[in-house]
Amino acid sequence: MDKILEVKNLKLYYHTSKGVVKALDDVSFDLYKGETLGLVGESGCGKTTTGTALLRMPTAPGRYDGGQILIDGRDIIPLPEKDVRKNVRWEEVAMVFQGAMNCLTPVYTIGKQMLETLQEHRDMEKEQAEELIREYLGLVGLPGEVMKRYPHELSGGMKQRVVIATALFLKPKFVILDEPTTALDVIVQAQIINLLKKLKKTFDLSFIFITHDLALEAEVADRICVMYAGKIAELGTNAQIFGKQGPMHPYTEKLLAATPRLHRKVESLSFIPGTPPDLIDPPKGCRFNPRCHKVMDKCYVEEPPLKEVEPGHMVACWRLEK
Amino acid sequence: MSENKNPEVLLKVENLKKHFTPHMGLAASLGKARKVVKAVDGISFDIKKGEIFALIGESGSGKTTTGKLVMKLIEPTSGTMIFDGEDVTSIAKKQLEAYRRKVQMIFQDPYASMNPRFKIRDVLEEPLSIHRIEGDRARHDEMIVKALEEVKITPPEEFMTRFPHMLSGGQRQRVATARTLILNPKMLVADEPVSMIDLSTRAEILHMMKDVQRDLGLTYLYITHDLSTARYFADRIAVMYLGRIVEMGPADMIIDKPLHPYTKALIDAVPEPESGKVDVIKELPISGEIPSPANIPAGCRFHTRCPYATDECKTLPEPELEDIGGGHMHACRRWKEI
Repeated sequence: MDKILEVKNLKLYYHTSKGVVKALDDVSFDLYKGETLGLVGESGCGKTTTGTALLRMPTAPGRYDGGQILIDGRDIIPLPEKDVRKNVRWEEVAMVFQGAMNCLTPVYTIGKQMLETLQEHRDMEKEQAEELIREYLGLVGLPGEVMKRYPHELSGGMKQRVVIATALFLKPKFVILDEPTTALDVIVQAQIINLLKKLKKTFDLSFIFITHDLALEAEVADRICVMYAGKIAELGTNAQIFGKQGPMHPYTEKLLAATPRLHRKVESLSFIPGTPPDLIDPPKGCRFNPRCHKVMDKCYVEEPPLKEVEPGHMVACWRLEK
Repeated sequence: MSENKNPEVLLKVENLKKHFTPHMGLAASLGKARKVVKAVDGISFDIKKGEIFALIGESGSGKTTTGKLVMKLIEPTSGTMIFDGEDVTSIAKKQLEAYRRKVQMIFQDPYASMNPRFKIRDVLEEPLSIHRIEGDRARHDEMIVKALEEVKITPPEEFMTRFPHMLSGGQRQRVATARTLILNPKMLVADEPVSMIDLSTRAEILHMMKDVQRDLGLTYLYITHDLSTARYFADRIAVMYLGRIVEMGPADMIIDKPLHPYTKALIDAVPEPESGKVDVIKELPISGEIPSPANIPAGCRFHTRCPYATDECKTLPEPELEDIGGGHMHACRRWKEI
């Protein structure tokens, strides 16, 4: 499989007046063509920061403090903004932001908003562009007449489809989806997930799917990257994380145990006590040590490296060190 | 599941309706028909003392409107509500205050439901002053400490001097719960109390709410779109669709043996954390989205999305809830065949 994205030792720090927030600290992962990589973790673990970092638009006061983002072998971090805007953003990487469906301009028709994005990047006659928009609306299961509609005339699920179509029509190499279904009802969520699966299969698309919901990752992601406190705790295939053997990092274990299951009657649900740490002054050693149920002496002293424990399965935990 | 040692009914709702008539302005004067939004369209249910009763449904199903009606934040169009043996359908302002002391609400957003300039102590004292609860500062402090201990905010004295922004989402929702407990209510209405809280701590809050319920013998109306937490948390579940209850019964029965095609579809759509589903397109028995409550389909209101609908379902009057035993009720004409 072709590697289309390579993130190497990425560091993105927020330089605030209170100190340096190490939002992403030495994060490395790859994305292959035709795969969906799931990014999962609690709020404040660096999932969305990873998304915006890949778009080369870190939220202020965020700054790249090391590492590389290689898209087809080219590092996009040192590129001038003009170049990024013209050749990278939306051309190579597109993102469906969290709550994007509620950010459509209420005073423009859907067609006009989509046309704007298209004409910014492509030199196209209006008719030709409209035909393309109609085609992409069709791809996401919407009739072409949606072009003439205003956002308030559409339901949540339809708006999310519009946003997905807009992210796709410049044919980016991969699309980042940040919590694309959180505001939707379960049935509509299942419809959107089905749509993403169909699009992925038909066009050999690659997605980075960000959510806090492990159950959803089990539905969509080929590989899952579990983030905790700005670092990768565990990275493995769907079968490695959700299969019989189950995850290997205590954080993933706990996260999975805290995910409610509809078809299993339980007396009590488990949860992870405490909250993710303050990233200005994270705990010494392993960042998960204050909340870990399997903590050892070494965990307080030294930070565990992300190590391959079986082919394609990386875990950062001292417990697995033989 | 908690046993109902005291099966006395605390809240009885009968044929409750809430129809909103939009202001049409110019359109009305031009003779256009007003479209009435039938948010809640004739629902009946009982909540027993000490029970957790869940209302579930998609957005637009009328569950939040029902919560508001129970809280008496809005007036019903018709129907009756009996609380603790007393008709509260239309009560005077004075009685309303007493009612609100007995029925308290926990809101969805723990960030927005607290004044950011208030210290936690003041957040908790506010209901005491609104309801003119007697006592000097020391007495109030005592009550505040007790309420915070109830929700396991320890040490309470330390938290009382903090501001809401210094607390995590989970802690805030605990404080929000403490704020309702301080008035010794009989019933709590909780509208999506955990949907804005991280999945990892959601269970913690539900545990806490369940403990409080057991310790104080409270009754809950739990409003949510999340079937998984409803199953764990509630004794009974009512499924709402377009302003009506389509199925109601003990939580396990509803999830394990659903009868109504809508309940089945909801259950099928819930993702489960298991491997081997990435390349599978999930079969969704129902398509489309919930219709507008301003334009409710004739006959069974679910027929437009129902895969089993026949001509009868479209033309005959809407099916009423039918009890098939064990308190399991449904409103589907074809339940035996599907």
